[in-house]
Amino acid sequence: MGTYVPNTQAQREAMLAALGVAKVEDLFCNVPQEMLVGENLDLPKGLSELEVRKKVTAMAAKNRVYDTVLRGAGAYRHFIPSVVKSVISREELVTAYTPYQAEISQGILQSIFEYQTMICELTGMEVSNASVYDGGTAGAEALAMCKDRKRTKAYVSATTDPNVIGTMQTYCFGSGMPLEIIPAKDGRTDLEALKAALGADAACVYVQQPNYYGNMEDAHAIGEIAHAAGAKYIMGCNPIALAVMETPAECGADVAVGEAQPLGLDIAFGGPYLGYMAATKAMFRKLPGRIVGQTHDVDGNVGYVLTLTAREQHIRREKASSNICSNQALCAFAAGVYMTAMGADGLAQAAKLSMSKAHYLADELAKIGLPRIHSGEYFHEFVTACDKLEAVLKALDDNGILGGLPVEGGILWCCTEVVSREEIDRAVAIVKEVC
Amino acid sequence: MNFPAELKYTKDHEWLKMIDDTTGIVGITDFAQSELGDLVFINLPQEGDEVTKDESFCDVESVKAVSDVMSPVTGVVAEVNSELEDEPQMLNEDPYGAWIAKIENITEFGDLMDAADYEAMVQK
Amino acid sequence: MKLIFEKGAPGQHLTLMPECDVPEVELSCARKTAPKLPHVSETELTRHYTALAKRVHGVNDGFYPLGSCTMKYNPKINEDMAALPGFTQIHPLQPVETVQGCMEVLSTTEKLLCEITGMDAMTFQPAAGAHGEFTGLLLIKAYHTHRKDTARTKIIVPDSAHGTNPASAVMAGYTVVNIPSSDDGCVDVEALRKAVGPDTAGLMLTNPNTVGIFDKNILEITKIVHEAGGLCYYDGANLNAVMGVVRPGDMGFDVIHLNLHKTFSTPHGGGGPGAGAVGCKALLKEFLPGPVVEQCPECGLYRFAQPEHSIGRVKDFYGNFDVVVRALTYVLTLGKEGIPDAAKNAVLNANYMMKRLSEKYTMAYAGPCMHEFVMTLVDLHDTTGISAMDIAKGLLDHGIHPPTMYFPLIVHEALMIEPTETESQETMDHVCDVFLQLWDLAHTDPQALHDAPTKTPVRRLDEVGAARNPVLRYVAG
Repeated sequence: MGTYVPNTQAQREAMLAALGVAKVEDLFCNVPQEMLVGENLDLPKGLSELEVRKKVTAMAAKNRVYDTVLRGAGAYRHFIPSVVKSVISREELVTAYTPYQAEISQGILQSIFEYQTMICELTGMEVSNASVYDGGTAGAEALAMCKDRKRTKAYVSATTDPNVIGTMQTYCFGSGMPLEIIPAKDGRTDLEALKAALGADAACVYVQQPNYYGNMEDAHAIGEIAHAAGAKYIMGCNPIALAVMETPAECGADVAVGEAQPLGLDIAFGGPYLGYMAATKAMFRKLPGRIVGQTHDVDGNVGYVLTLTAREQHIRREKASSNICSNQALCAFAAGVYMTAMGADGLAQAAKLSMSKAHYLADELAKIGLPRIHSGEYFHEFVTACDKLEAVLKALDDNGILGGLPVEGGILWCCTEVVSREEIDRAVAIVKEVC
Repeated sequence: MNFPAELKYTKDHEWLKMIDDTTGIVGITDFAQSELGDLVFINLPQEGDEVTKDESFCDVESVKAVSDVMSPVTGVVAEVNSELEDEPQMLNEDPYGAWIAKIENITEFGDLMDAADYEAMVQK
Repeated sequence: MKLIFEKGAPGQHLTLMPECDVPEVELSCARKTAPKLPHVSETELTRHYTALAKRVHGVNDGFYPLGSCTMKYNPKINEDMAALPGFTQIHPLQPVETVQGCMEVLSTTEKLLCEITGMDAMTFQPAAGAHGEFTGLLLIKAYHTHRKDTARTKIIVPDSAHGTNPASAVMAGYTVVNIPSSDDGCVDVEALRKAVGPDTAGLMLTNPNTVGIFDKNILEITKIVHEAGGLCYYDGANLNAVMGVVRPGDMGFDVIHLNLHKTFSTPHGGGGPGAGAVGCKALLKEFLPGPVVEQCPECGLYRFAQPEHSIGRVKDFYGNFDVVVRALTYVLTLGKEGIPDAAKNAVLNANYMMKRLSEKYTMAYAGPCMHEFVMTLVDLHDTTGISAMDIAKGLLDHGIHPPTMYFPLIVHEALMIEPTETESQETMDHVCDVFLQLWDLAHTDPQALHDAPTKTPVRRLDEVGAARNPVLRYVAG
């Protein structure tokens, strides 16, 4: 069997002797003895590292790694600079836990403070937390932030990622907060329907930018409608797009959230990812989860601590607004390193490259009979019609290309900066042969 | 420790100062603030809130704890001292000056003590 | 130490992006100003983050007995397996026949962890322990709702519980009923009997509990709740004490969460990502978050399925998948003999430290303990003015991470110590010697402890100032 227990049999016996007990089982004297599993534990025999490596590697080998990925829909394969993985594999960062002891945790605390600053810069918002689990839970937590005694109902646009809506619905099933979905029109939030829906109990309106179909929403207009009805405005934004598009702050958002996986995290079959949350100063005490603040020590040196902790579950217990404890700290660290490596220019370049390539792909597909089904501006994703959906995706698959995702009305395609023009031309040629 | 004679006190360490028969202002006592330590935030009630005697109507936060503030009376919040939101340290520095809320339409009082009885209680 | 924003100079950068090879397109709704992100060279970047890493204490830097968090050694093979491109480069929405390996990971881990916990089914969607609690409580809620038993609105939680328990119950729409612990730190069975009724949705319990004691009345406790029509939730934070020895399912629990980052050796990452797998008995299986992984009995292929009355998803995709890869690697390594052996050594180590520290320190509860124990420093504080916090800060100067402080709330001046099974007798002896020295120092030179730490990168920080005047981001000045 494999083991990570350092003590030898002799040492264990010496320790037992010091305790004055004959065998370690005697220490389990409070356990009703009839409950002990003993030999009945039906697990395979433990393995050596070599055997485990072979076994798990064989599982990984059963998955298919595509050369070219033209699919996004909530998980994006962007370029990850080498420095990101190098930094976040440092043992200190990997093996530490929540920085409860500030004096020996300044590295993590400062990294979170820097991450908070970068998220504020990216979103234009005034305050960021230290992260939550992912974009979906960030969205669900944002709805809860906006609830008060008089305003209890949340509204979310149908153009939001269905996974995010699904998570929101589950959270609302728990809390009892009503959640209404505002219909879409031509791949965008139906503004008239939104205006008509908002009542006196409207707590918030959630809109994704760019939306699930890649389309740019009229974010200003939605914010104005939300505020006119006395509701808070939440924007769920792609962080790469934020390098170039109008910020949630510029659009009047009260809360900005989103999935930060594109900031240097692997797609990794869906996780671990990173939920970011930021808010205006007026809302910052409603932010869930950990927040790091700057302060100084007894000698006057600048230092960082977990702060505003009385909002959180370990102090406020049943009165806490959220139960979050562990978050995605190492992922936030990675995002911080990624944003540092990219810089504002690099991030804007990644955004422009992604967008330009997506437009090139859309134009080429349109030429061969797969037109976009929506009008108006889009970022790095778009939906095309496709009569031979299965055949198209299969032909691409046969050539090592993961095509777009089948959605209502056609295929949802995505390009990021890692896709070259040659790859796009090749994919289009394959589609052309089928269609 | 300071126990102004003109105030009434609760066993939960709030003080009440009546302005007229049905209106009063409420805060926490010197003893309360010294037990709680450095206060860093107060969650104030809202104007128009109905409060009930012996029930929590707001809370105060220190770095490591949060404590309910119980209402000495049943009534309606007429006004809150929003200065405390920016300067919670006033609760520590001047507990009897740092009123939390003005409560009107008071219909009921909890069990209230005078200064001497309250002082005797906390010295035990 | 300077912030990354204060280093480098405008114009310094890494060369990462190629030139655009297609016609360039721009958004009409462009942001007005560029975000003020750092501008540093690769040299400056790596030096900055290396410097930050040096100001962190991880498990590999020294003893880390943070009670209730199970800071065991994180095996390197786990990291290697999680880094395989066959896992990291897989899109979560690939066709199901191209992700059979990922699904095998989920399915295999489910089987193994169900065997260890005595559960019938498991989801890996929750990202952390608290998220698992929320999910588990929603299963209980869906169960009662489905049976039209809607009067069950209350969750019973002992006063020794983690703060996440009551907070999760409220998020799931429940009212919390706190019940006091008895003098031995365990559930007060009579208080529980009085608390249950037709409004009881369930009980949340950690066993061994947060004071490190296995509740010997556990079968009676779960029976009382079941007879009242409620369900029993097991907080798996302390499973490391009993894994492979005794199973929550056999104790009478209906639903559990596991902290894969505690019990199953996946790293804590400075606060996450963890994974909060939720297991349940057959009666709750139909309510699990979807999708779940099934194996076709005929062809052996894995497929996704939606449980019939699923509560819906609690997270995007399938949870923190790459954390599950690490946990699987660990369970395969330890296996049938290694899993209970780890638990037994965790308990042995804790009892050994408890015995040695009893020489001077006061234990909150009598032993034997399970994987952790709680000391109360009330007497020390009364006689010397030295608090649990002061002892903790004293440990910092010896390169030791302090125990969990001031938890559980039912013990005053608490220090909760969990050595885990991956620490050697030699290490524990050294740490016990330091603890005992600090006890003496509290009596001979208390000021030295009030002043500690002095050897750390910063000394005690002004938390009051940080909270009164929050500075939560850097503003270029």
